[in-house]
This record gives sequence, structure tokens and C-alpha cells, in this order.
Amino acid sequence: MSNYFLLFFGTVLVNNFVLVKFLGLCPFMGVSNKVETAVGMSFATTFVLTLTAALSYIVNTYLLIPLDLHYLQTLSFILVIAVVVQFTEMVMHKTSPTLYRLLGIFLPLITTNCAILGLALLNINENHDFVESIIYGFGAGIGFSLVLVLFSSMRERLAASDVPLPFKGSAIAMITAGLMSLAFMGFTGLIK
Amino acid sequence: MMTSIIIAVLALAALAAVFGALLGYSSIRFKVKADPIVEELDAMLPQTQCGQCGYPGCKPYAQAISEGDDVNKCPPGGDAVMRQLAERMGIEPQELEGEEKPKLIAFIREDECIGCTKCIQACPVDAIMGATRQMHTVITDECTGCELCVAPCPTDCIDMLPIEITTKNWQWNLQRIPTQINTEL
Repeated sequence: MSNYFLLFFGTVLVNNFVLVKFLGLCPFMGVSNKVETAVGMSFATTFVLTLTAALSYIVNTYLLIPLDLHYLQTLSFILVIAVVVQFTEMVMHKTSPTLYRLLGIFLPLITTNCAILGLALLNINENHDFVESIIYGFGAGIGFSLVLVLFSSMRERLAASDVPLPFKGSAIAMITAGLMSLAFMGFTGLIK
Repeated sequence: MMTSIIIAVLALAALAAVFGALLGYSSIRFKVKADPIVEELDAMLPQTQCGQCGYPGCKPYAQAISEGDDVNKCPPGGDAVMRQLAERMGIEPQELEGEEKPKLIAFIREDECIGCTKCIQACPVDAIMGATRQMHTVITDECTGCELCVAPCPTDCIDMLPIEITTKNWQWNLQRIPTQINTEL
């Protein structure tokens, strides 16, 4: 049990997908202008990450490994991600229109989020079993959400503050992201 | 060697088929019917996508009307569209927002046009003809008078002129019985 707990917090803080592994930087810069959209994107991504982790584990263990097709991992995971996203969108549209309106625009964007493909491949690299894969996926999602929401609230403040002209806009956002990444490196060694 | 390739192809095809079947099934099972009234209202709007109603296009405005917004925000559609919309929604016709201007269409002063194509890109109904460094001109029948081409013109050579009234475009109003809408004036 403590094993799972460590894995979860290790993924959220120490091996944060965005700031330490540098995955999913596109939505990190792209949808962090407003806290509301950042929260929407966080929920959608966490959801898709967790589902993908489970499904890609199943595909890998019961289809690719028995047939000795390791080299098809990337290809089949892309397929899995596309299907998960599409399926989630359809089900959500039917069952919860409110949630669909909140997440609707972000769902298709997630298909091309490299954090998700990265997660599926890392799960295999690190030989996670089924439960570990799901916890890793969920932890990655929570880590992504944490960083995205923190960053977007910083950017909202930056938008209102008096930034010197050469640093205005994306430049100061990049610097902020770099400083955040440095700060997250402070978590290294938290979990052995 | 050959068999392993065939196995790989078959495995991937099977995976794709399963996923395809799943998506196909769920697209039928979880089909969401769009509100039919939005489609109807959208069909009535002039599809200029000019944004003068304050929404990013005709469809969002149709959506807003179905949720109870006013029907009088579409200048290109004018009085006729407003009445159609009001009738479909079962509400009283409303006065158009702002005073009703005479119907204007864009006119390019062709000797001043430098052929920059900026107005062509701005036009929502493709009513401007021309090519780079070639003089542009407005197709009178297509122009809806939305004025979106006026602002981008770098030489300010686009004027909004009233349509010349001919027997063809004169509004005869044969179907309409004039009644007073606003009684409390």
C-alpha cells in the first residue's frame, strides 16, 4: 500500500511530467492564460491519462507481448489514445452536457498531448503492473493539473503587472516556467 | 520473416477493427440530438457570419435566440429576418436595434485600389473579386452590407453606398399589411 502511495506522490512532485520530464509543454503554455480554462484542461487530461494508462496496459500485455510485437507499441498507443479521447467525448456529450461544455473544446486537444503517449511508453519502460499503471497515470494527471493551475494563476498576475517591454508576453511566461521547474527540482530526493 | 509481418498487420488491423466497432457503436448509442430549433433559426439567418449581433457567427446567434436572446440583432437580415425569427419563436417582433439604415452595399473606388486582397479576406460572403495587385470589385448581388471590408482597406477606397433602386429590387410589400407595432409611443 505504501508502495502505491510513494509512487503517486513521486509522480506528482518528484517526477512531475511537465516540469521535470518536460512532457505536455504545449497545453502548459497554451491554455494557461486563464485559471478557468486551466482547470477544465486539467480535469480532462487527468481523466484521459488515467483511462489511457489502463487501456494501454491491457493492449500491451494481452496483445503486443504475446505476439512479440514490441515495435508496434507507439503506433498502437496512438490508436488507443485517439479512441479513448473520442469515446470519452461521445459518452460525456450524452451523459453530462454541463461537463461536456466545460471540457468539450479541450478533449480533442488532448489527443496530441505528448504527455499521454509518454505516459503509456513510460509505464512499459518502468515495468508497472496494472494497478501501478493506473496510479502512475492518475498521479501524472494530478501533477499536470497542479502545475497548470499554479502556472495559470501566476500568468493572470503577470498579465496585470508592469513587465519590462522586452519580457512582455510569452518571454516572461517562459522565464516563469523555468523558475517553476527549478523549484520543482527541489523535490528531488524527497522520495528515495 | 513474412509470417511475422503478416501477424503484425493482422494484429493491428484487429485492434483497429475492435476500436472502430466500439466507436461506431457508441456514436449510435450515445447520439445526441442537436436542438432542431437552432438549426431552423440558423437557416433563417443570412449566414454572413459578420458578427454584428455580438456573437461569433450565425450559428451561435441562433443558439442564443433559442435560449431567449432578442431577435433584433441581425442588421444584414434586417426587418424581414427579424419577423421570421419572431414568428418562429412565437414572440412579438421587436424593433431593429439602432435606427434602420437604408440598405448599403460596398463600392470600391477602383482607381485607388492597390490590389492588396485584404478586403477579400475580410468578406464573409465572398462578394469581392480580384487578385493580388489586380484591382478588386464588389459583386453587387452578393454583398450584404456588413461593412467588414471597410476597416482593413489600407487606402480607404471602399465606400458604403445605398443601392440604386430599380424595379427589380424595389420592395413591393405586397404580402404585408401595415400595422402599428408599438402602440405606446
